[in-house]
Amino acid sequence: MNKFNLNNSYKAVVIGGSAGSFQGVVKILSQLPKGFPLPIIMCLHRLKHVRNGFVEALSIKSVVQVTEPHDKEPVKKGNVYLAPSNYHLSVELGNYFALSTEEMVNNSRPAIDITLASCAYVYKDKLIGILLSGANKDGAMGMKHIHDRGGTTIIQDPSECMIDTMPRAALSLTEIDYIMRVDQIVEFLKELDKKYR
Amino acid sequence: MLDIDISDLKKISELIYQKYGYDFRNYAMSSFKRRVLRILELKKLTVDGLLKKLTDSPNFVNEFLDELTVNVTEMFRDPSFWRIMREEVIPAIMLNHKQFKIWHAGCSSGEEVISMCIMLKEMGILHDVTVIATDLDVNILEKAKAATYPLKNMELNEKNYIRFQGTGNFKDYYREEGSNAVFNKDLLMNVSFRRHDLVLGDIFNKFDLVLCRNVMIYFNQTLQNDVLKKFHESLFKYGYLAIGSKESLIWCDYANRFIVVNNEEKIYKKIKD
Repeated sequence: MNKFNLNNSYKAVVIGGSAGSFQGVVKILSQLPKGFPLPIIMCLHRLKHVRNGFVEALSIKSVVQVTEPHDKEPVKKGNVYLAPSNYHLSVELGNYFALSTEEMVNNSRPAIDITLASCAYVYKDKLIGILLSGANKDGAMGMKHIHDRGGTTIIQDPSECMIDTMPRAALSLTEIDYIMRVDQIVEFLKELDKKYR
Repeated sequence: MLDIDISDLKKISELIYQKYGYDFRNYAMSSFKRRVLRILELKKLTVDGLLKKLTDSPNFVNEFLDELTVNVTEMFRDPSFWRIMREEVIPAIMLNHKQFKIWHAGCSSGEEVISMCIMLKEMGILHDVTVIATDLDVNILEKAKAATYPLKNMELNEKNYIRFQGTGNFKDYYREEGSNAVFNKDLLMNVSFRRHDLVLGDIFNKFDLVLCRNVMIYFNQTLQNDVLKKFHESLFKYGYLAIGSKESLIWCDYANRFIVVNNEEKIYKKIKD
């Protein structure tokens, strides 16, 4: 009776989003099961020169306090992380974060492609990648990295997206395992959580 | 999908170290990998092609270094950091020394050096400060010395300056030449630019303030430890160290020889020799 093909070997969930993704992210974070067993790593496009406020806004309804990791900070299960403004966020082998101020990618810093690709490299098939609403194609290549390394790919149902360019770009570039509305993504994460109990 | 094995990355860093004496062996892997992939793409090379070119054409290595090192920066990046510099850190240094020395370690194209000099000038103390700005990459040091930047960057730089609440008019610090902004050379009168390798280089002076923002993020933990030891040795007791707002010393061996002066802006003070 499994709706989703899930197991308890996953190591991380990574979420990318841009224009129109804020509500979805808030909904996911507010309905996350208590003690969710995996780290959630988020790369969301944000105002480059506003360093404060975003984490606070996301944390208001979140079950878990959202934090912006420092360079070299270990990735811990159960934590929710957000790429800081004006830095690219990667995960390194050894399971810790790395930041960089390299050139913008897809006109973005943080760039979703960079976060997703580095997670795919480190977590391989033990990764779930979720791409939400957005107005450019950042994240599509990252989703391809996740798929090519055996990870699970999810996009927000384009019909539900405020702007569907981003999930559609991923859909045309690589194989997507699940196309889901945000409430289904929440169900998915709850099912996943049960596998670890 | 373009990718590269760690073993190939190690071959490249080993070759550069053995042949040219630049040590990238302890660079952070994720960004080092992206830099090398970027070079392969830009120069349309395979890994073997790159290794061959680095072996056969010594002139290529400068071009390679120029692309490998990250030289993306802006003036008054993190305006709140610069406000704390002006309102707290520099005044604290001046309580004890009328004249003092600053080291910009890994100065890249010099935007932070210009920012510092503008700030010091507006504080009326530019004459009293000696600034040494160093970088590994000689090409980028030439750019820093020229103090010439694309005009298109000035909008962002000026926005930062305004948020820093500079007391002058940002446009007065440069003149337009074609598509460039050429900064007033008087700003740099007490600055000396030098090639210096943070990884292999020696301690060369003592400072009251060291700025090294968003440089050590490209190093792994081992190298961060080594470089922090060098900064520690290069600072006078009670001297200040500023790193990037999302860097931290807490995973470094020498962390306990510093105290946090401002956690938001990552400004530290050396309290133990």
